[in-house]
Amino acid sequence: MDGTPARQLREALAGKPSPPADKLMPAEAAVRLVRDGDHIAVGGTLYSRTPMALLFELLRQGRSGLTISRPLTCYEAELFLVGGLAGGIVTSWVGIGLPWGISRVVRELVEGGRATYEEWSHLALGLRYKAGAMGVPFLPTFTMLGSDLVGLVDTRELTCPFTGEKVLLVPALNPDVALLHVHRADRSGNAQIDGYRHMDADMAAAARTVIVSTEEVVDAERIAGRPDATVLPHFQVDAVVEAPMGAFPHECYGRYEADFAHFDDYVADVRRDGIDAVSAYLDRHVRRQPDFAAFLASFGASRLEGQQARAAELIAR
Amino acid sequence: MTVSASRLLRDHRAVFAGVGVPLLASVLAKQRHAPDLTIVLEGGIIGPRMLAGKLPISTNEMRAARHAPMLTSITDVFLLAQRGFLHYGFLGAAQIDMHGNINTSVIGPVERPRVRLPGTGGANDIASLCNEVLVVTPHELRRFVERVDFVTSPGHLGGGDAREKAGLVSRGPSTVVTDLALLDFEPESRRMRLCALQPGVTVEDVRASTGFELLVHPEVCELEPPAIPDLDILRELDAGAAARD
Repeated sequence: MDGTPARQLREALAGKPSPPADKLMPAEAAVRLVRDGDHIAVGGTLYSRTPMALLFELLRQGRSGLTISRPLTCYEAELFLVGGLAGGIVTSWVGIGLPWGISRVVRELVEGGRATYEEWSHLALGLRYKAGAMGVPFLPTFTMLGSDLVGLVDTRELTCPFTGEKVLLVPALNPDVALLHVHRADRSGNAQIDGYRHMDADMAAAARTVIVSTEEVVDAERIAGRPDATVLPHFQVDAVVEAPMGAFPHECYGRYEADFAHFDDYVADVRRDGIDAVSAYLDRHVRRQPDFAAFLASFGASRLEGQQARAAELIAR
Repeated sequence: MTVSASRLLRDHRAVFAGVGVPLLASVLAKQRHAPDLTIVLEGGIIGPRMLAGKLPISTNEMRAARHAPMLTSITDVFLLAQRGFLHYGFLGAAQIDMHGNINTSVIGPVERPRVRLPGTGGANDIASLCNEVLVVTPHELRRFVERVDFVTSPGHLGGGDAREKAGLVSRGPSTVVTDLALLDFEPESRRMRLCALQPGVTVEDVRASTGFELLVHPEVCELEPPAIPDLDILRELDAGAAARD
């Protein structure tokens, strides 16, 4: 919903459930809130706190014409592009990480003109979500000025009416749907995140519809016992999905480490078979699995427990 | 290269570091001469302590966040840079030109790129907003080009006062450290200038690996070689990186 006036964006919130209703539902039902052509903001960043259980369900159901935005995209972007659900990504970076090299899949699709990659600086994208979250149509910044990124995307330069300085205006980004994964939430959607928060809070406030998957569903009293950790108030949230290890094979702060060996296998397959390897991954890990729990089970309990043990070591004081 | 880069960092400052050599050099600086250097990472991480042998692969993961006194959002960390709190921005470079502009976006035309590189990530913001930018990169002819195909991260743009005229509010790149040399930017033209050589390297070696006419400081000195403790620490932190140096 780029360039939508504030009044219209506010009116679009009218359909949200404002009393603290029970919004707990299976991923299958929650993901039905995503419509063809929607702009989807994907929470977390790179291989951290990605709402993988929700994304896999969306990939299983299928959609068309989606646009995906995310601060830094990992291989989930490749699944959406190759799976035919999305034709474009809006981000600042694509890949998995330095050891895995440049994304061959995004390279082939973008260089071949089959997908679009709208590149913003990391902060500029963050400010776009923040403007959306604040209910204002743009924010001024000094970042990106003078670079060639400015020529690729819709920004404006303005002379500040107060100081006379040049500033760059970046437009609000109000996603149709935000998909987020959090540490804990109650049934009405009050949601808590431990550790770094990435851009999730701004995405949620900016979006028309918010779907939250959570490591655990807890009582409202437990949320109220640590109110400072609450990042989303219930009235922002449309659906709550219980998804233990719901960011796997990506990490969830303090819960489990990313499964780097899984990335190694994926990248090795892509190096060997190109884009076909992504289709094969979708078949094997998404379409042939009845649900996300079955995908997790395919790794075996000991591997998952190992990832959890490493997280516990890493955050030990 | 990593050791030379680490020696640029002064104590009691904050450094906004990318992963790889910038982070390694920052950790080394903390252990050697700058114990109160604060490392800031774009994943919302302020003041982490790295564990030897468990260096993070990205700046958005638990390994990067150990013992950090503050974890916040990505946007908030970059806004600290925009406000002016972060002294050093520390970057690598796929392609850098004579004015310190960096390209990590596209090789060839933007509309139909020959190579679609990963993109800016936080590099543009670090280059735009940190008080002073340090660049560390291997010195190769294909990297050191006269003009980058695309300015992802602004250096001194076209040179002279172009950066200031573009509206950027920070100094931009001050130093480029490579495996061959240390370079600064001549104050008037803002063109890259050879200042110091790594031990055993000649001015001609540097020229041969630079794809533009290199300015040379009137008094080129030689950089101190890495000390044994530097190499020991690097080896312990990350065996792969120590071997590269």
